[in-house]
Amino acid sequence: MRLLKLVPDDTNIKFLRWRLPFYIVSLILMAASWGAVLTNGLNLGVDFVGGQMIRATFVESTEAPVADLRDDIAGLGYGAPIIQRFGQPNEVSIRMRLPEGQDAAQVKDLADRMTNAIVGEMEAKHPGVRIDGVDSVSGKVSSELFETGMLALLAAMVAIAIYIWVRFEWQFGVGALFALVHDVSLTLGLFALTQMEFDLNIVAAILAIIGYSLNDTIVVYDRVRENLKKYRKMPMEELLDLSVNETLPRTIMTSLTTLMVLVALMFVGPATTFGFAAAIAFGIFVGTYSSIYMAAPILIWLKVTSDSFVPRESATDKQEKIARGEV
Amino acid sequence: MLDFPRWKRIWLWGLTLVGVFLALPSLTMLAGERWPSQLPDPEINLGLDLAGGSHILLEADTAQVRSLRIEAMEEEVRRALRDADPAIAIGDISTANGRLSFMVEDESQVDAAREVLLPMTEGVGLTGQRDWTISVVDGQRFIFEPTEVGLNQAVENAMDTATDVVRRRIDELGTREPTIIRQGDERIVVQVPGLDDPQALKALLGQTAKLEFKLVDQTALPTDIAQGIVPPGSQILPFAPDASQQGAIAVRRLGGIQGDQLTNAQQGYDQNGTPVVNITFNQEGGRKFAALTTANVGKPFAIILDGEVLSAPNINEPILGGSAQISGGFSVDSANALAISLRSGALPIDLQVVEERTVGPDLGADSIRKGVLALIIGGAAVLAFMFASYGRFGLYANAAILLNVLIILGIMAALGTTLTLPGIAGFVLTIGTAVDANVLINERIREERRRGRRVVQAVEVGYREAQRAIIDANVTNVIAGVLLFLFGSGPIRGFAIVLIIGIVTSVFTAVTMTRMWVAGYLRKHRPSDLNI
Repeated sequence: MRLLKLVPDDTNIKFLRWRLPFYIVSLILMAASWGAVLTNGLNLGVDFVGGQMIRATFVESTEAPVADLRDDIAGLGYGAPIIQRFGQPNEVSIRMRLPEGQDAAQVKDLADRMTNAIVGEMEAKHPGVRIDGVDSVSGKVSSELFETGMLALLAAMVAIAIYIWVRFEWQFGVGALFALVHDVSLTLGLFALTQMEFDLNIVAAILAIIGYSLNDTIVVYDRVRENLKKYRKMPMEELLDLSVNETLPRTIMTSLTTLMVLVALMFVGPATTFGFAAAIAFGIFVGTYSSIYMAAPILIWLKVTSDSFVPRESATDKQEKIARGEV
Repeated sequence: MLDFPRWKRIWLWGLTLVGVFLALPSLTMLAGERWPSQLPDPEINLGLDLAGGSHILLEADTAQVRSLRIEAMEEEVRRALRDADPAIAIGDISTANGRLSFMVEDESQVDAAREVLLPMTEGVGLTGQRDWTISVVDGQRFIFEPTEVGLNQAVENAMDTATDVVRRRIDELGTREPTIIRQGDERIVVQVPGLDDPQALKALLGQTAKLEFKLVDQTALPTDIAQGIVPPGSQILPFAPDASQQGAIAVRRLGGIQGDQLTNAQQGYDQNGTPVVNITFNQEGGRKFAALTTANVGKPFAIILDGEVLSAPNINEPILGGSAQISGGFSVDSANALAISLRSGALPIDLQVVEERTVGPDLGADSIRKGVLALIIGGAAVLAFMFASYGRFGLYANAAILLNVLIILGIMAALGTTLTLPGIAGFVLTIGTAVDANVLINERIREERRRGRRVVQAVEVGYREAQRAIIDANVTNVIAGVLLFLFGSGPIRGFAIVLIIGIVTSVFTAVTMTRMWVAGYLRKHRPSDLNI
């Protein structure tokens, strides 16, 4: 049986030759992402801003009457809803701000009434609508969710950088952390640009991206470490190119297999996982790219040399040698 | 590297079989079949986003504990000083500003009062710290202030009781496998799978169900009540919205009884066919109730629920049998809810719903079906791809991936963890890393063969060199997973748990198990070339 080979043997692409332009492009993309986050803002779900979200499926039609719904619900006097399709064209999510009230109990009470009114209106105007779920998050809880989510992200990133610093060298830790910041920034930028809903599930998706990108970076770094010991005289640029090329078949194979599962999840899976799977799929492209063009070149600029991994002679060893007249 | 003595093989297979066996009940469930009930069935718990149901986060009003404690202390102080010999008269009582203050009217009795009151401030704990600080200012004024330690203990006790009460109320609903967990200092999480109508549940949890019987203050003029002028020793309470009377009524603050000493409460009907709640007191409660009604025949008393008056009937004759009937404009449902609440006891603290998530059972079932289908399709593509790329070694990798999925399911079922939608994402990532481990190994073997190493050596070097990267990558992922679990909430935790379990098992299956299989193949067939 002839086996499938995605990358021909002895591939030697000069990846690092274009590192500067790629770096500049990446930095611009990162800046643009943050620009988008700051100007467009993220379309934060009720998890993070509080409010009521109603999910519904129009079982009997192929497409949800979004415009009608918007008018119907706005007509109830609770303010304008944010209505989005998600998953199938006949599935929508309807988000409402929490009503104003004197205390938490009153707000909750008003919110329940609002939900009942909206559901009643929908069922009256659109027979065959199925209410799939209602989420109601108070302002206090939502800000806590936001804080713990961000804290978890930060803590994970810092701890990972420290581990890589311990296992490799500090330059590698910096490189890995930089690649992660790059991936997270671009993913946030994607969400700011497309205005897909950003909720707690997406934070979990970003974590998956971090995990994946890190895996990629470590595989490249591990090969760099190995080659640094093996080819002590090779110039850094050539050595990085060699390492990236040697790991390229694996990089492509792994990206493809993971993408296969994700694409299946996007198009066959439940509507609620679409945004989630799309985010991870995007992150896989970005993560693979960043391992090659963000994490690797930084090692040149931070002046990694093969000395970093050859057992260093300690100062006392050296003195003993000098004393014995060996140097 | 390739040496696997028999004891090691038996161990590895044994571990694998345990994992797979634990996964079987969950697998049958995910496939929509029933697991034979006579077999042990550690099924994996499905999160509410998959199974459908309600998630409700309740928050206690802990500030209330402070004011309730001060009110209780006021009554204790009054009683203790009244019962003292000789009785000590006090006045100008205030419970404002989070403390209790009052004047001892006769200055010569201050020391006697202190003697009586001091024992009441001692904490119940073993630490010897006081629950209250007591001070005397201006010679005659006593000030009681609750200490932090005492307050925290009181909040802690109130939350424990509240959790129990919530559990009892939900059990009364007869729902399947509810989860009720205390979270942090002041919250309770309630998860009820497969519940269609969360309204009933919320109504039940929102009701404090503090029942009181107090005498109506007949001296109060209706015009004064309307203006909010409170007669001394009384308080004004509003009628409940559904009560037959409207407005407000003045009741005597002291001398009433609490409705917490019940043995039973049932929904029933009165002679007109209106829904009521029939309550039965326990012995002590019955005695107090009998005493109250005997001493006040002909006078009206108020039945008060959570600070609202349900009704204020006249006591026509002493009620000695230890049972009573509560009417208050109930519907059958609300009477039933009150009966459940009374049976399960009053909440010692008000609870509010601060987060609520409901997923319809249709959507949940749909999500599982589609999610499983997506994993099967995606997984099948991966398996085919691996086989096409690595031949025999691809098959080993595939067997390892399948085992890995089963073992993760098995461990999750055995640990009683919950599979959620983000958990499925964790699965995808785990399958990704498991495949990656084998890709790393196989690519490395390919590379070593190309460099001209012999078969056995190429395999050995392949496993050894690849393993380093695999371990580093997985350790970092576990670190990330553990931090996510510690700091994250809800969905993030669901993701983290699968990640942590999956990474450990994927190293086991993708590295150790495949190495055992490859070693077996090499030993048996002694191939001179590898098709890889």
